Amino acid sequence: MNLTFTEEQEILRKFAKDFMTEKLPKKVLKELEASEDGYSKDMWKEMADLGWMGLPFPEKYGGADMTFMDLAVLLEEMGKAAMPGPYLPAVVLSGMAIYKLGTEEQKQEYLPRIASGATVITMAIDDADELVTTPPNAVKATKEGSSWILEGTKMFVPFAHVADYIICVARTDGKAGAEDGISLFIVDAKDSAIQCNMLQTLVDKYCEVVFNKVKVPEDNILGEQGKTWKEIANLLKIADVAKCCEMGGMAQQVLDMTVDYAKERKQFGRPIGTFQIIQHYCADLFIDVEGIKMSAYQAAWKLSEGLDFEEEVSWAKAFTIKAADRIMALSHQVHGAIGVTMEYDLHYYTRRLKAGELNFGNCAYYTELIAQSIGL
Amino acid sequence: MDFRLTEEQLNFRKEVSAFLKSELDQGLWKPTIDAWIMTYDPAFTKRVAAKGWIGLTWPKEYGGHGRSFVDRLILTEEMLRYGAPAACHWFADRQIGSGVLLHGNEEQRKEILPMIIKGEMYVGLGMSEPEAGCDLASAKTTAIKDGDYYIFNGQKTWTSGGKHMNYLYILARTDPENPKKHRGLSEFIIPMNLTGISTSPIHDITDNEAWNECFFDNVKVPAKWLIGPENNGWKQIMQQLSFERSGMERLMANYPVFDGLLEYIKTTKRDGKLLSEDPVIRQKLGQIKAEFEIGRLFMYRVALVMDEGRSPEWEACMSKAYATSYEQRLASLALEILGPYGQLRPESKYVPMQGHAFHSYLSSKGYSHQAGTTEVLKNIIAMRKLEMPTA
Repeated sequence: MNLTFTEEQEILRKFAKDFMTEKLPKKVLKELEASEDGYSKDMWKEMADLGWMGLPFPEKYGGADMTFMDLAVLLEEMGKAAMPGPYLPAVVLSGMAIYKLGTEEQKQEYLPRIASGATVITMAIDDADELVTTPPNAVKATKEGSSWILEGTKMFVPFAHVADYIICVARTDGKAGAEDGISLFIVDAKDSAIQCNMLQTLVDKYCEVVFNKVKVPEDNILGEQGKTWKEIANLLKIADVAKCCEMGGMAQQVLDMTVDYAKERKQFGRPIGTFQIIQHYCADLFIDVEGIKMSAYQAAWKLSEGLDFEEEVSWAKAFTIKAADRIMALSHQVHGAIGVTMEYDLHYYTRRLKAGELNFGNCAYYTELIAQSIGL
Repeated sequence: MDFRLTEEQLNFRKEVSAFLKSELDQGLWKPTIDAWIMTYDPAFTKRVAAKGWIGLTWPKEYGGHGRSFVDRLILTEEMLRYGAPAACHWFADRQIGSGVLLHGNEEQRKEILPMIIKGEMYVGLGMSEPEAGCDLASAKTTAIKDGDYYIFNGQKTWTSGGKHMNYLYILARTDPENPKKHRGLSEFIIPMNLTGISTSPIHDITDNEAWNECFFDNVKVPAKWLIGPENNGWKQIMQQLSFERSGMERLMANYPVFDGLLEYIKTTKRDGKLLSEDPVIRQKLGQIKAEFEIGRLFMYRVALVMDEGRSPEWEACMSKAYATSYEQRLASLALEILGPYGQLRPESKYVPMQGHAFHSYLSSKGYSHQAGTTEVLKNIIAMRKLEMPTA
């Protein structure tokens, strides 16, 4: 057992931290959040040039051939900087979907373009009426000659408005709710039969995507027709490992900001950090932050090693969701009024940590998985 | 990073587990809650010693096995999982031996360590006094040098296992004149059978007598039992407390409650349905299991820090603060699920889970006080790790 990072990982961390500090001061973040795209295309290209868009993929697909544990380090730094953009849906979800399920041709076609930053791919999983962890029904795909026709509406598709492709989880067969009959389609996001409506959300750009009889060539099916639900559930867990790593970074940033603030802010003629109750709040934050990070590392390491990580991601996300709430409650309490203003930076993290809970697997989902794993 | 245990470590876990299971199958003892601090069984301690499992991390030259703290964590984890009656040797194995190794002289190491390793030296902890709890440096018990002896006078309280122990670890004031109270303290390990030592029981909230008050009335202690330099006790005890705070017993003292609760809900019906079918109960068990696993990671990290040769200060503090609070939640959850059956005392005919949940709910209230209250631990985290300012 060894719980330290490699020298290379420390270098990556330092580099990512410096990069984020330089390119993403909060003034820029504020502008990006207000912009239509919701992220910086220039920064995206620079990160691609650094090899970050293809980080976990093999070199032959333009990737950097690094491990998920390396990715965990990068994600943590992205979380600290509150980096906006489709990194998680594009690289982790869609990239992994293509890497794991794609044919050789599909991998050749899409992965190098993801890695170079030229192409943004997102994934449409949620239905209006189904949680992301339930097999969806809202988009039906029917075969017509050598094409599939997709019809229906997807909700909460991240950054669909800037995506070049959308990987749509659709029902090709089977009755509502069944795991059988779920298929994946790589759809041209600019198809005129696709309507993308922006949703106004807590943090990132999400869209409602309406598929008005979109015609998709049969070659664009990803994975085995009708048999991909289990793979999608697995991809969601991978995304949650990534999300927990990101949330670990956010939580660390919140802790650092809170402790710094407590050291500087004076009331009753002394820094509020000299008051024991404030110190204890900070110690509580610290313990929860360590818990999030350690559990995320453990899940990321398991995934990195190609081992079964279902239990570890379940522990991590179930813990992280609860801990994040505690962290934000105490951090806001220490900050007082300044913390609930737009002029101060805390809100970037308040919103992001909550969004981390609301997307992908929720607490009920993961605690149920844990219950099953302990024989219930 | 590598979260894997080695093949050797996995085999060691199997070996310990098989030993304990066989003991259990032979009916040599019954699993208990708080077994590491409340269940004293000299014969068991002897058998553990015979396996070579006391003093596991100590150097071979003193009869130890020179193994890692992670190995020791595996050992204690299994002991606690089975609720094995390990209290006789627990404290000596956990912190006294390590303290003697760090601060004792060669003669003391050669005398004390083998006695502990053989499972013959049980050392109770004499730190707290009626007026010195969190403020331990205010300890008033004096040990005044008189030729080749120290003369002890005073009172210790919450002395773990006082009535079962044959030795006591004592923090005593050797320089009462020093105005800096931290500077006048020294560490001793003294035999219990000296004239002038008397004990009286403390009946804790579970009605157990796992702690005692100890009184010292002109007790003449040979000077050879002073550990480390005179008046260096405060520095030494800080290190020792890191050992005391950092173990698996802070997370798994009531582990049998977890296993017992799982079994209970899988086999118990309420309103015609198995409790395990209730989604609320499933979620709560899932959540508490996640919390347990995070605590486990904290504990392994502490052991790894010790294997690096560092004293795990803030790591031990955060682990204990987190883990004891988890144990208290587990105990509360167990009673919540047991409902009216949760109030039955262990001796009751209908008591579920051998009374483990009942006992644990009460005893776990003390977990967050022993070896540093959660508040003291948070002070240390704030000061040492977060470098927060003092007034």
